[in-house]
Amino acid sequence: MKEGRTHKKFQKFGMVIDLDKCTGCGSCMVACMAENNVPFRKDESNKLLSITWMRVYKLTNGMPFPKIDVCYLPRPCMQCEGQHEGHSPCVSVCPAIATDYSMESGIVSQIYTRCFGCRYCMASCPYHARYFNWWDPIWPDGMEKYLSPNVSPRMRGVVEKCSFCFHRYQLAKDRAFMEGRPELQEDEYQTACTQACPAGAITFGDLNNPKHTVSKMAEPDPKHSGRPKNPNAFRLLERLGTNPKVYYLSSREWVRRAGDNYLKNEKKVKKPVHHG
Amino acid sequence: MDSALIPKGVKRCPLWQFLLFIGAAGIVLLWGVYAMFLCWFKGLNQTNMNDYYGFALWIWADLAVIAVGGGAFFTGLLRYIFGKDALKNIINYAVLIGFICYSSALLILAIDIGQPLRGWFIFWHANVHSMLTEVAFCLSCYFGVLTIEYIPLILENRQIDKVPFFHHLGHNMHEVMAVFAATGAFLSFFHQGSLGGVAGVLFGRPFAFREGIFIWPWTFFLFTWSAAACGPCFTILVTKITEKVVGKKLVKDYAIELLAKISGWMLLTYTIAKFIDTWYWATVLAPSQGFTLMDFYTNNPLYGIWILITEIAICGLVPAAILMTPKGRKNPVALWIAISLAVAGVCLNRWVMVLQIMAVPVMTFDNWVLYFPSWQEVATTILPVAYGVILIAISYRYLPVFPNEAELNPIEPLPAEEAEEKSVEPPVDLELELKPAEA
Repeated sequence: MKEGRTHKKFQKFGMVIDLDKCTGCGSCMVACMAENNVPFRKDESNKLLSITWMRVYKLTNGMPFPKIDVCYLPRPCMQCEGQHEGHSPCVSVCPAIATDYSMESGIVSQIYTRCFGCRYCMASCPYHARYFNWWDPIWPDGMEKYLSPNVSPRMRGVVEKCSFCFHRYQLAKDRAFMEGRPELQEDEYQTACTQACPAGAITFGDLNNPKHTVSKMAEPDPKHSGRPKNPNAFRLLERLGTNPKVYYLSSREWVRRAGDNYLKNEKKVKKPVHHG
Repeated sequence: MDSALIPKGVKRCPLWQFLLFIGAAGIVLLWGVYAMFLCWFKGLNQTNMNDYYGFALWIWADLAVIAVGGGAFFTGLLRYIFGKDALKNIINYAVLIGFICYSSALLILAIDIGQPLRGWFIFWHANVHSMLTEVAFCLSCYFGVLTIEYIPLILENRQIDKVPFFHHLGHNMHEVMAVFAATGAFLSFFHQGSLGGVAGVLFGRPFAFREGIFIWPWTFFLFTWSAAACGPCFTILVTKITEKVVGKKLVKDYAIELLAKISGWMLLTYTIAKFIDTWYWATVLAPSQGFTLMDFYTNNPLYGIWILITEIAICGLVPAAILMTPKGRKNPVALWIAISLAVAGVCLNRWVMVLQIMAVPVMTFDNWVLYFPSWQEVATTILPVAYGVILIAISYRYLPVFPNEAELNPIEPLPAEEAEEKSVEPPVDLELELKPAEA
């Protein structure tokens, strides 16, 4: 109600990831884990049990040498908006409103103390961006001192996911408020993965603000649920209507086609092979 | 030793035999309880679920027991609302089976959540847009209805019935039972449906997603329909198994045949609806999302097209054909085959609508992921079966579950018992001896 009365133009934070620049180094994954107190276990070899808010996939075009081509695809939470505001796959199904869509920022939140661990949201997410805490977090001796004080660690039995480093947004807003500024500068709120990427492949900002780089890069079309106008841009599983806020860029057609499923007669493109 | 508790006019096995049976089932029950406590105290890491399989064996078990427990609401609907009087011979047992199924479903749900102590959040912080919320509310309410329907049967125990208050309470509850049957049918329509909706609304999962009417995807109606069709088959199946175990006929053939006939027609219409739904999904909906039907049934070692054929043809059309024809349902072997196939079919459907959804890759660079449950999951899934066996055994021994039993299996009452009956019976208009709970 409060949001409705202010007539304020809401922000819609999003990300553009240039896959032609990504080297697959994994810095984004490391930065994300450190920033968000993501728990880990001694043995992380079973990736079906690993919590990786940001996960880098390796794709190939499936061609034999020398035509083989490789692409690394970082996958954070897509912060889906759905076909009408807030109708993201996970938010609409959570029975206890433990995950919510912020109209102010466009970020899908996860309320750990509200979540009772039914995992319906995980079943609904086609990107596998949601993770369950199968164990209580156990930090190596002394590591508790290095945890971020701005992010609450999660307990066993709840779901967690990438929040676009929401605590950074809160800190930036607090600072702006104290300084009497109504709006944030573009560089004031940046995610940890964006800052950690050595290749500068990740760009973050407000998709609703035409001055922001993300907006210029992806050129989201508001008339078509944010579908990118930039011919080199695409979103993962665009056809499902999840309306994600993470855009990918690539000059390679097979990479762009790897972003969605197509029938054989739509256009002959070899499906990429996933290597882990 | 416990003869004073056993209904009049019927014979039961010796107490030691009964206790031995309960003990054997009790060991399985304890095994399940042990696994349950492991899950509660150590967490869901005791399972083989993972981040791809957030829903697995338990959710399937949940959906399956609720589907087969649908016999309670549908038989109640036929008996009280549509006036099928012949079903009074089986309604008690249908209610008991339903009670077991729904209490089991609630127990499984309580084990299946990561933070069991927060289970009440689903009611307190309810998201009215979530199908799971609808499931939780309707399921709990309907379990309350089933409890109310089961209580009069308990009150008919020989010793309890001697207490005037309980006697009158039971009598008055019978009088208003039609109201609860109607309420139960209404609630069941919604929770059976919303369980189908749980899968059908997943628009991020093309294998599960269906369009529909208003907020309800087609799976909503298909789940209700299939539960109404196959639930009574499960009631008949359990009745037949019970008859085999106790070695007597318990329900008259015409009651079984009537239920079987209605089930058969329901199953036929359901199978046609399911076929239409599958056809539209395969030719319009899935292709619009970039998938062909065979994308869902190839490149993995388990989920082949056989599963769809088994569900629709073998477990749909075949039992429907048997149950619809008088010759088929009067033939004991054919009846056994038909009800077994129908029950297997609805369980297979629920399996597909939980586990295959999780298995199918959606992103082009993702892979099929298969899963095998841990022993803790298996034990906690068998737990309700053991619990059901025990509750049925106790109810059968001490309550007049089958109103026709005495008539179908006449025994000569001992002179001493007859004398006792004359002296102890209260001078009330009873007509209670082995009267069906709904009469």
